[in-house]
Amino acid sequence: MNEAEAKTLVLDVLSSIAPEADLAGLRGKVALRDELDLDSMDFLNFITFLHQRTGINIPEADYPKLSTLDSAVAYLHR
Amino acid sequence: MTEFRMPSLGADMEAGTLVEWLVKPGDRVKRGSVVAVVETQKGAIEIEIFNDGLVSEIVVPVGGRVPVGTVLARLDGPAITPAQAAPPSLPPPLPAAAPPPAPPPSVPIVPIATAAPSRQPASPAARRLAGERGIDIQRLRGTGAGGAVTVADVEAAAPTVPGGETGRRRAGFDPAAMRQAIAAAMSRSKREIPHYYLSQTVEISGALARLERVNRERLPPDRILPAAFFLRAIALAMAKTPELNGFWEEGRFRPGDSVHIGWAIALRGGGLVAPAIRDADHRSLDELMASMRDLVLRARSAGLRSSELSDPTVTVTSLGDRGAETVLPIIYPPQVAMIGIGRIVTRPWVVNGAIEPRPVVTITLAGDHRASDGHRGGVLLAEIDRLLQEAETL
Repeated sequence: MNEAEAKTLVLDVLSSIAPEADLAGLRGKVALRDELDLDSMDFLNFITFLHQRTGINIPEADYPKLSTLDSAVAYLHR
Repeated sequence: MTEFRMPSLGADMEAGTLVEWLVKPGDRVKRGSVVAVVETQKGAIEIEIFNDGLVSEIVVPVGGRVPVGTVLARLDGPAITPAQAAPPSLPPPLPAAAPPPAPPPSVPIVPIATAAPSRQPASPAARRLAGERGIDIQRLRGTGAGGAVTVADVEAAAPTVPGGETGRRRAGFDPAAMRQAIAAAMSRSKREIPHYYLSQTVEISGALARLERVNRERLPPDRILPAAFFLRAIALAMAKTPELNGFWEEGRFRPGDSVHIGWAIALRGGGLVAPAIRDADHRSLDELMASMRDLVLRARSAGLRSSELSDPTVTVTSLGDRGAETVLPIIYPPQVAMIGIGRIVTRPWVVNGAIEPRPVVTITLAGDHRASDGHRGGVLLAEIDRLLQEAETL
């Protein structure tokens, strides 16, 4: 998965969790949970949907590496 | 012959709009099947039927807005005694020539002074599409049955300006109507219920250690959150404290038939719903987690069912890890208790005479002093604490 594909995937998953959010204006380096008001269940669904679309396990210990748009994209396309 | 009536989906509901029939005359229905979609202040709700039978007549057409208790359809076939299948908050049968053989127990339905504005009927698929495209369904002219907006109507409509005032919205969700429903229920609570409040700080390092260990072995879809532990402990403790589990009706307490926990879910864009996790005290940790995930997803996409909204015996709110440390809940009438779970924080804790940093959570109880006293409430919180200390076996 290249960087553009990873970004499309992350934004697609986020739009299903926060359908009302304006994702076009989402800044790359701010915490997703603060910016999109995601609770623990939303964040677990975010991880779950990414896992289902990529097959990557994403252990809990790695959650901090997916805290922003840029870092989540980097995590998926590494 | 039996009659299928507009159900009450909580004490704050007075009427609903029929937006879709999933059956037609001549169809055979089974108890528990979803037969219609009704729009309420809580969004579009799938309505289940509690009898087997053959649909003989559709009484209320799509688009009809009718009070709770109105006959929506008639069925041929014997009425089934609505034992545990029927939610206890079904409305009392209206006077009729041939009343149903076994009327369910009644609860008073609190009228809401201000009726919600009449809404444009639309099929759920049309609402979903309109939401996706940012189209305000209220402004469309429907060509479907009863003037309902169909998918074709939405497709024909020009999309409103992206980011405009209407914005994207959950299907069947009217924030203003929900605000009114919450206002009515909470005002009634503060007016009528003499609340008492208790609070207990619970050390949860054992529960979090088990959680971490369990989740390490699991893929994301099967992982659990701390809220599942709290819910399990609360459900088991509620089963031991029946005087906090049930309803205050007509000047006296009626115990719940089981522990049905209303799980408060904040909706994105404002408002909340508290669908029931039924028989929560008989569900395992994993089953509770699965129920919570399922309810949160469906609550936020307007896919809740009537049986989930009608009969919680107690409500639980969890503020999550971005919330405040402590919540003092307002009881949802006619229930007699509500339990709050604050954010997990690390605090100094005395262990064997020494101070250590430990994860703790503050669990609170709002009790109805007409139905119980603070002593029983304290027993409940102590039991929740005790169960969470035995997290390995919870």
